[in-house]
Amino acid sequence: MTTVSNPALTYSLTELMAVTAAREIQDNEVVFAGTGLPMLGAMLAQKTHAPNCLVIFEAGAIGSRLRHLPMSVGDPRTVRGAALAAGLAEVFTYMLQAGKVDVGFISGAQIDRFGNINSTSMGDYHHPSVRFPGSGGSCDIACLAKRTVIIAQHEKRRLPEKIDYITSPGWLNGGESRKEAGLIRGGPSVVVTTRGVLRFRPTSHEAYLASYHPGLTAENVREETGFMLDTADASETPIPTAEELHILRNVVDPERIFLK
Amino acid sequence: MTSKLIGLAEAAALVPDGATLSLGGFTAQRHPMAFVYELIRQKKRDLYLFGHSPGGDWDILIGAGCVKRVELAYEADEAFGTIGPRWRRAVQAGRIEWEDYSNFGMVTRFQAGAMGLPFLPTRTAFGSDVFAKQALTAEQRAADPRTSPLKQAVIESPFQAGDKLLLLPAIHTEFCVLHVQKATESGLVRVEGQTFADNIQALCADTVIVTAEEIVSEDFMRQEPERTLLPPFAVAHVVHVPFGSHPYAVYNYYDHDPRQLKDYHAAAMIDEDFQSYLEKYVYGVPDFESYLAVVGAARLDSLKADPEYGYSPNLKRRRLD
Repeated sequence: MTTVSNPALTYSLTELMAVTAAREIQDNEVVFAGTGLPMLGAMLAQKTHAPNCLVIFEAGAIGSRLRHLPMSVGDPRTVRGAALAAGLAEVFTYMLQAGKVDVGFISGAQIDRFGNINSTSMGDYHHPSVRFPGSGGSCDIACLAKRTVIIAQHEKRRLPEKIDYITSPGWLNGGESRKEAGLIRGGPSVVVTTRGVLRFRPTSHEAYLASYHPGLTAENVREETGFMLDTADASETPIPTAEELHILRNVVDPERIFLK
Repeated sequence: MTSKLIGLAEAAALVPDGATLSLGGFTAQRHPMAFVYELIRQKKRDLYLFGHSPGGDWDILIGAGCVKRVELAYEADEAFGTIGPRWRRAVQAGRIEWEDYSNFGMVTRFQAGAMGLPFLPTRTAFGSDVFAKQALTAEQRAADPRTSPLKQAVIESPFQAGDKLLLLPAIHTEFCVLHVQKATESGLVRVEGQTFADNIQALCADTVIVTAEEIVSEDFMRQEPERTLLPPFAVAHVVHVPFGSHPYAVYNYYDHDPRQLKDYHAAAMIDEDFQSYLEKYVYGVPDFESYLAVVGAARLDSLKADPEYGYSPNLKRRRLD
């Protein structure tokens, strides 16, 4: 992983992304977190600016206070010290569908300019060239959380004009199409990528570049994007603070499970 | 009281070829692995599996050629292995029939089955290809009563014009197999930590087989009946299998086995290596006790849960060797 030099701080790309994702969580919010970088982000937020955020995992842990990073959303590490140990039905039915989840974190292999995500397969669905695990809870989170934060590898082929399969619906075709499809709330608010941060225009719901990571330019990011990316409002991604890095490295992931 | 205790081989022998089956657990936790290995050893064929987020339990069954059709949301071990390698190969080679749902979708389907309803409504999946596309053809569905005649249906709420709902069909299976922390001989069951969807899956099956870490007394279980997972009639058979979920984690008993999971995922990437893995850990050993002996007592000991945590806090999970 690239190490970025800075007069004050040195940090890795994974650390920058974890910090950027964590800053999307506000105090007192209900956060639905998936495996990997979302866990880093949620745990960091809980240990810094959002101590009262309620972290839930789809396998059944509600109100987790993580002491050790889990490697699965069903990991025993999500349970000890949690507010409640339940199951998938409680989390999906009574929390997510009922509208209790403020922010969901999801990721995928491909993402388009409306924040639709593919985590099912590449190529023809019936005869795929590459098969992935499938939706898991991602489709549900994308449909039913009040907003979603997406984590993505930023490469041209992973951000194409059209994705092969919509596992998790974003803003669909933009405009009012999400609502027209029958989805009653939600939609992606931000995409934290390996090169920058994308947000969505209010009415068209089309992605634009909000920031590019230090060391890159808006032009660099646009060149690595498979769809036309509006970079008019882009600035540099704010860097992690010394405190955030300290907590991330020493409290959140001292075992270097996900941190690089 | 009649004892429901039986042996592992005897329990697995109850499952015929072509049976419909769901297995407990979630990705890398509490799968009935000892039972899964026994199914493979007994060379079951054409199984129909129903699940939300299975992991290596399904992957090894698929790789061993035991499975004809699956209905699922996800197949991987999360950070221990981000894809089920045999699942991936089976789909790409056209060797398996499948249908994609979401986790909430599959859990809703189990809930409908458990409640004795033909379907339940949800608000999920609209706009997605989980909704728009179907992997199984209408002919495949019509030809086989083990699969719902329709993937789903859409209705408008009779109570509010314009309110669109997705109806998902109930699941009914012949068998459900769970691995739990504690059970009695009489079939009372306790799960510690998350339930996943074990209780719901059990209630939509004809025959529930439970493998348990510990067999406890009736008095012990009845002291805290609020912790019992299922009504007494739900469980047909109980099998005592310590470490029965290895290499997966069982809260309060033992942690994931990162070494075994790493070895499995490496082996399952390559056909010949996968066959060697099966030979070493399944076909080459007569029973689960012998499997545990191959894994080794020292390794198993290192996985034991610290009572303060319910897992092993100092277990090395990354950069093994």
